Amino acid sequence: MDLEQYISSGVLELYVYGALTEEESIKVSTELKKHPEILKEVEEIENALTQLSIAAAPYNPETLLLNIQQRITNSNTSKVIEHPAKSKKSNLVLYISWAASIALLIGLISVINQRNELRENINTISATNIELEEQINIAKNDAEKTKQLLEVFRDKDIITVPLDGQQVAPEAYAAIHWDSKTNQVYVDAKELPTPPEGKEYQVWSLTLEPLTPTSIGLLSNFSEDENKIFILENPNSSQAFGITLEPKGGSESPTMEQLYTLGVITAS
Amino acid sequence: MQTQPDGLIAELQAKNPKAFERIYDRYSESTFGVINSVLKDKHLAEEVLQDVFVKIWNNAESYNSSKGRFFTWVLNIARNAAIDKTRSKAYKNKQKNLKAEYFVDIIEEKNSFSNKIDAIGIQKYINVLKPYCKKIINLLYFQGFTQAEASEELEMPLGTLKTRNRNCMNKLREILTN
Repeated sequence: MDLEQYISSGVLELYVYGALTEEESIKVSTELKKHPEILKEVEEIENALTQLSIAAAPYNPETLLLNIQQRITNSNTSKVIEHPAKSKKSNLVLYISWAASIALLIGLISVINQRNELRENINTISATNIELEEQINIAKNDAEKTKQLLEVFRDKDIITVPLDGQQVAPEAYAAIHWDSKTNQVYVDAKELPTPPEGKEYQVWSLTLEPLTPTSIGLLSNFSEDENKIFILENPNSSQAFGITLEPKGGSESPTMEQLYTLGVITAS
Repeated sequence: MQTQPDGLIAELQAKNPKAFERIYDRYSESTFGVINSVLKDKHLAEEVLQDVFVKIWNNAESYNSSKGRFFTWVLNIARNAAIDKTRSKAYKNKQKNLKAEYFVDIIEEKNSFSNKIDAIGIQKYINVLKPYCKKIINLLYFQGFTQAEASEELEMPLGTLKTRNRNCMNKLREILTN
């Protein structure tokens, strides 16, 4: 190959301009690597064009390097932040995060409210439970008492005395179950009217010849006592029992005008 | 006399930021001149220059020395980016105030030169450059026309274009080396 002719053909200038086709360019590149003369010529053309171009530059753009480097490092290290589409996405993520936080907060508040409500319910329920337990205890006690009473009534040593209504209260009725062994008297006062304010029933043991009344006790808290059975002590050798209405606290001797019920022990 | 910095280009392709700095130092001002010759607008040229060097960094590995010169590879990116910019609205709005037709007008109007080149020499040369030289170099180098396109534009046979271009470039080199 005639190098001088090749160089003077003008193909190298076009090569540097980028005005050749890709094939032609590859061919020149190959020749350039084989022949230092061609390389030298190409570099001289490049240098001339560089200087010409520099002459057409408004100024030396050294100061723009920093901007470019920032853009490069941004695009390399944190594409997420720099890319507008992605920053939109990160905004979306931010919104979602906020929304999630708010939703979580609302959820927490409602959970706390529910918890408080439940706690109140538990308190109410345990209060009800205590009440129920008390009622059960009462019922148990009552049952115990009833059982005891039943046993008393079945006991053959018990003397039952019906007390019929007298003049002031013909509808009144009572019964006395007297356990002579233990000297206990069970007064069943269910059929007695509720005593008026300030008055109480008083139970008397009577001996008949001569008629001698002995107080054996008061039916205190009459209206509060549900089964209206009162247990009293009776150490006397009674022949009859009577119940009178007396002022609260009882009397020394019975007020006969207020004799409600009276019953005589029949010899069994 | 500068030669192609092949080692530096390899470093650039390996994404070495220091190599990028030196490549920028070596090629930025001439690239700025090419872009400015196409756009004839300093601010738009600044924008495009930055885009071009971001592209150079991002696409460095696509440069292949068996296909052409690194100088030419950079030149192609710069011209394409600048020509793309001429289609933008910003460029079309500024076109009304344009005076400069060629790179020569830019060089002649320019009153501050960097110390890299002999300003007086180049302005003197530009003044004595034949009108067809100004046109040919403008189209083939600055505007990136192909031989066929330039031949048609200048109504000049391909062979004549090639020879005249060679003569024009020789004249330029002669002045610059003196």
